Amino acid sequence: MKKFVCVAMSGVLAASFAVSASAADQIKVGGIGPTTGPAAIYGTAAMYGEQIAVDEVNKAGGAVQFDWKFEDDTHDAETSVNAYNSLKDWGMQILAGTVTTNPCLAVGAEAVNDNMFMMTPSASSQDVIDTGDNVFQICFTDPNQGTASADYISSKKLGTKIGVIYNSSDAYSSGINTNFQAEASKVGLQVVANEAFTDDNSTDLTTQVQACKDAGADLVFLPIYYTPASQILKAANDMGYKPKFFGCDGLDGILGVEGFDTSLAEGVMLLTPFVATSADKATQDFVAKYKEVSKGDTPNQFAADAYDVIKVLAKAGEKAGITADMSASDICDALKATITDPSFTYDGLTGTGMTWDASGAVSKEPKGMIIENGEYQPIDGESVSASTEAETESE
Amino acid sequence: MQFLSYLVRGISLGSVYALIALGYTMVYGIAKMLNFAHGDIIMVGGYVVFFTFCQGGMNPWLSMILAIVVCTLLGITIERIAYRPLRGAASLAVLITAIGVSYFLENGAMLLWSSEPKSFTSIVSLPALNLFGGSLQISAETIVTIVTSLVIMFVLIWFVNNTRPGHAMQAVSEDRGAAQLMGINVNAIISLTFAIGSGLAAIAGALLLSSYPTLVPTTGAMPGIKAFVAAVFGGIGSIPGAFVGGILLGIIENLSKAYISTQLSDAIVFLVLIVVLLVKPSGLLGKKATVKV
Repeated sequence: MKKFVCVAMSGVLAASFAVSASAADQIKVGGIGPTTGPAAIYGTAAMYGEQIAVDEVNKAGGAVQFDWKFEDDTHDAETSVNAYNSLKDWGMQILAGTVTTNPCLAVGAEAVNDNMFMMTPSASSQDVIDTGDNVFQICFTDPNQGTASADYISSKKLGTKIGVIYNSSDAYSSGINTNFQAEASKVGLQVVANEAFTDDNSTDLTTQVQACKDAGADLVFLPIYYTPASQILKAANDMGYKPKFFGCDGLDGILGVEGFDTSLAEGVMLLTPFVATSADKATQDFVAKYKEVSKGDTPNQFAADAYDVIKVLAKAGEKAGITADMSASDICDALKATITDPSFTYDGLTGTGMTWDASGAVSKEPKGMIIENGEYQPIDGESVSASTEAETESE
Repeated sequence: MQFLSYLVRGISLGSVYALIALGYTMVYGIAKMLNFAHGDIIMVGGYVVFFTFCQGGMNPWLSMILAIVVCTLLGITIERIAYRPLRGAASLAVLITAIGVSYFLENGAMLLWSSEPKSFTSIVSLPALNLFGGSLQISAETIVTIVTSLVIMFVLIWFVNNTRPGHAMQAVSEDRGAAQLMGINVNAIISLTFAIGSGLAAIAGALLLSSYPTLVPTTGAMPGIKAFVAAVFGGIGSIPGAFVGGILLGIIENLSKAYISTQLSDAIVFLVLIVVLLVKPSGLLGKKATVKV
C-alpha cells in the first residue's frame, strides 16, 4: 500500500511538473534515489526534502528557478544508471543525487563523462567524491566526523583530558577514531585513554570505562553506535563516573532503545547533521512542511541533506549566473568554479558555514546537540559558556 | 586497588561464564554432544524476563521461574525434535544440527522481537558493596552471580552423585549401551539433562543481562562460545571444572583488557586455552580418559 502511494505520489509530482515545465527559464534538476525497495525510507525522505526546497526556491522568485523531477532507483546501481539516462533524455542539467552510495558510484562514473554537476545528499563514502571533480557531497565523509569532533571539543572547550572508547572491528568507528586522534594532537587535546573493543568482546565494556576513569578523563568520546554506548553510560553510572560524553551521528537513536533508562543519557553531547526534535526554528519549519507533504512522517537526516542540496544549488547557481539555456557541461563548469571558491558559503539545516574544496568534500560547522530532559537541544552559546564555567570551577 | 577492582570485574564476568559453562558441561558430559544452541537458550530466557519483569512489572522471582519453565520446555523440545532422531548418527551430524538450531533461534528471535536492542533492568535490587572506603565497589549482581553459580555447582555435584537419576546420568555418560541394558531409559535421562541445562541457561541469561544490559537476538552467542571455551579449559564434562574454568577465563579476559590490550583480549584468552590444552589435553580438572582397546 505504502509502495503504491509512493509511486502514485511521484507520478502526480512528475505530472504536475510536466505542466509547469512550460516556463522556459527553469533549470532542469534531476533527483535519483530509492523510493521503493529495501532502502525506500532514505530515498523517499530525500525526494520530499528536495520537493520542499524546490517549491521554496521557485516561490522566492530569485534569478534561478528549478524544474525538478525525481526518479526511483530501488537502491540498485543498474537501475540508477537507467534513471540517470532517462533524466538526461528529459533534459536534466544538474543532478541532485544519488541518495545511496553504490548507485551513486555507478551514476558518478556516467556523470563524469557527461561533465554533469552532481551533489549527493547522503552517499557518505570517500569513493563517491573520488569518482570525479564534478561530484560533490553535502554530508560528511564518515571519517571526517572525527576531525570535526576534535575541532568542536577544542573550540568549545568541552574537555581537556579526553578518553576514547571505540569499536576497532567497525570501519565507521575506527575511521572516525583515527581522524580524531590526528586532529586532537593538532588542536592540543590531551588523549589520556584510547580504549577499543570489538564486536566479539563487547559483552563487558566496564574495563574500558574503568580505564578512562583511572586515567582521569573529563570527557569521553564515543565514536560508536548507540547500542554499546548505552552499555557504557550504564557502566559509568554504576561506578559513579560522571565525565562528559560526546559522540557522532551513530549515537542518534540512543533515546529510542527499549527499556533504556534515558536519564543516563542526560547531558550526552553529539555531533549530528540533523535532529528533527531540535528546537531551532529553521528545523521546526522544515519539519512542519515535511509533515505536510509526506502526510505525517517525521523527516530524517536524509530529507534535510536533500533539502540543503537544492538550496546550495540555487545559491551557487545565482552566484554563478547560470541560465536555463546553458548546456549541462557549461553549468557544471560554472557551478564547480563557484562552489569551490572560498568566498562561497552556505548555512543550512545540516550545518553552518559550508564550503567545498576541489575534491568535492564538504567542510562545515557541524551542529552540536545535547540531550536535556530526554530531548535533543542544540548546544547554544549559553549552555556552552555555562559548561566552560563549570570546567574552570572544577579545576 | 586498581588491580583489585579489575580483578573483581573479571570475577564478575567469569561467574557468568561459569554459570553458562555448567549447562554446557552437563549436556556434554552426559549426552556427549556439544549443544551450540545453549547460548541462544540464554537469549530466550533473557527475553522472557525482559518482557515479564522489565516491561510487565512482574515479581522478579516469578518472572525467573517463568523463564526457567519456558527454557526447560524449549530445551526438551529442541532435544526431542532436532537431536533425538540423530541419536545413532555421527557426532558431526549432531554438531551441525546444533549450529542450525542456534541460527534458527537467533533468526526466530529477530522475527519475533526484531533486532532492535533492548536495555535490560537488573533483576537484583540490592545496593552495591563498598569496600575500603568506597574505593573498591562490588556490585550486587556480581555477588549474586557468584553465589548462584557456587550453589548450582554444589547442587549439581550432589544431584549427580546422590540421586537415582544422577546415578543413571553417570551410567549413561559412561556407556550408553550398557546403561540401556541395565534398564535405564536413556532417552528420558538425556531429556532430563537437557531440561536441567536449559533451566540453568534461563538463570544465566537473567544474571548475564543484569550485569551487561544489552539484549539483542545474538546476545547469547558470544558468551555461549566463551563459556564453551571455559568448559573445555576446566575440563569438559567436569562440573567443578566448568566453574573454575569460567572464573579463570573471566579474570584472564579482564586483566588482559586492563593491562595488555583491549583489542587483543580475546586472542589472549584463546592463547591461554591452547597452552593449557597442549600441557593438559583434558583440561584443568578433566579426567584422563583411558580407552581400552
